[in-house]
Amino acid sequence: MINIDKIREDFPILKRKVNGHPLVYFDNAATSQTPQQVIDCIVDYYSNYNANIHRGVHTLSQEATDKYEQARIKIQRHFNAKHSHEMIFTSGTTHGTNLVAHGFTAILKEGDELIVSAVEHHSNIVPWQMLCERTGAVLCVLPIDDHGELIMREYDKLLSEKTKLVFCNHISNALGVVNPIEEIIEKAHKVGAAVLIDGAQATAHIKPDVQELDVDFYVASAHKMCGPTGVGVLYGKEEWLEKLPPYQGGGEMIAEVSFEKTTYAGLPHKFEAGTPNICGGIAFGAAIDYMNNIGFDNIKAYEDELLHYGTEKMSQIEGLRIYGNSKNKASLISFNIEGIHPYDIGTIVDKLGIAVRTGHHCAQPVMDFFKIPGTVRASFAFYNTKEEIDALVEAVKKAKMMLS
Amino acid sequence: MTIQDIQNDIVDEFSMFDDWMQRYEYMIELGKSLPLIDEKYKTEDNIIKGCQSKVWVHAELEDEKLVFTADSDAIITKGIIAILVRAFSNQSPKAIIEANTEFIDQIGLKEHLSPTRANGLVSMIKQLKMYAIAYQTQLN
Repeated sequence: MINIDKIREDFPILKRKVNGHPLVYFDNAATSQTPQQVIDCIVDYYSNYNANIHRGVHTLSQEATDKYEQARIKIQRHFNAKHSHEMIFTSGTTHGTNLVAHGFTAILKEGDELIVSAVEHHSNIVPWQMLCERTGAVLCVLPIDDHGELIMREYDKLLSEKTKLVFCNHISNALGVVNPIEEIIEKAHKVGAAVLIDGAQATAHIKPDVQELDVDFYVASAHKMCGPTGVGVLYGKEEWLEKLPPYQGGGEMIAEVSFEKTTYAGLPHKFEAGTPNICGGIAFGAAIDYMNNIGFDNIKAYEDELLHYGTEKMSQIEGLRIYGNSKNKASLISFNIEGIHPYDIGTIVDKLGIAVRTGHHCAQPVMDFFKIPGTVRASFAFYNTKEEIDALVEAVKKAKMMLS
Repeated sequence: MTIQDIQNDIVDEFSMFDDWMQRYEYMIELGKSLPLIDEKYKTEDNIIKGCQSKVWVHAELEDEKLVFTADSDAIITKGIIAILVRAFSNQSPKAIIEANTEFIDQIGLKEHLSPTRANGLVSMIKQLKMYAIAYQTQLN
């Protein structure tokens, strides 16, 4: 069970007013808010043990290194990875995806095929297109149906021994649909292809078990799960991470350097060139602790309740269409009102203190599929309430009245 | 009327409203009076980049004055363009180049002027001025 009053007390930003109204924050799919526990962790780092990590002999450096590496272990346990060195700190999901795409340059050859789902964020399309340009590999698209669900029989047709990589988001950012990644991974492995799952949207709602999923790569961002921006994680199976070449050169990622030859450090440091986001990594660990203290089962049950309530209430607004009607959905409602541009709705509801996202959500192919310029997206987190959804419904009604 | 006169008029009209809702409703009304761009000019080239909604602007020189027509698929954006077109259309390119846009602030639409806002009001003003500069060069 969620103690919503207590939880809301943890988030100082929720006390804010926007345009004279109490803030209703429904842009959680873009970035989540930060609880006091994580803010305290950041303040503690800069107040007490800010230092560069690894190789420092002084006390502060030791303390910072310990905390940073402890955070890595927390993240490893959270995702249930076999080894902590399979968790690579990144600047975020996009960084993780690019790191893997870069690594595959040396592995792919002309005519190899990659499969991408049609519901991807641009960050899980463009790095692979660039990879195809570098290698001559071909990008194949797994289509969606009108509910926003992947058409899995098409997946069977696309898969062949030519398929080398499959990438898909765990949950679609534009529609909120939970994709059948277990089936995607299992079938890809049967033809010998590796799979990267973009967990940017999922990790706020689900606790993924990378060993059970048997996924090859899983990428996520801290800022979608109550952590700070600018830090994320790439999980990769040890054998894959060993196979991929380093992404960036610099300090930290080397074993020995001479002008004749440089040898690289082992995992995870091979992929962590330069001074990392030390504070961010440690605060990421604190965010994971915070969410686990509430419990992902509790979070999911509560968010499902919000989703059902919101869907029912929103559906009562005449002319409103929800995109992504899968039964298996995260707490997100992507919608339009007939004859009204999403930007107009977003502008009016903002005036009423409600933060939603409007536009193509960096998923233009999804918008093209539905033949719309964009949607209004209200995404709920475990610190939101039904009363806030009521405020959204009233605001949308008001916007509709003004704009029709 | 000079650009300044028109801007003063617009500021006067908006001063009648007490709250944002009335201002927005009026702006939406103004959007409906926008001199619409001819369909044939609704081309990719005429789309102003930097807008979340689509905005098309076309400029033509008539008797040494620049006449703007425009359209948008979002109605609030259309209202904003209507205000800009009213202020800048039928003026000499030189006057458009020299005009300021402080009146946007005065009518309570300052938030739309932020360069980071995705509605591209700033790009819109820039585009109108670019047209003016281009035609001014032609006139010289």
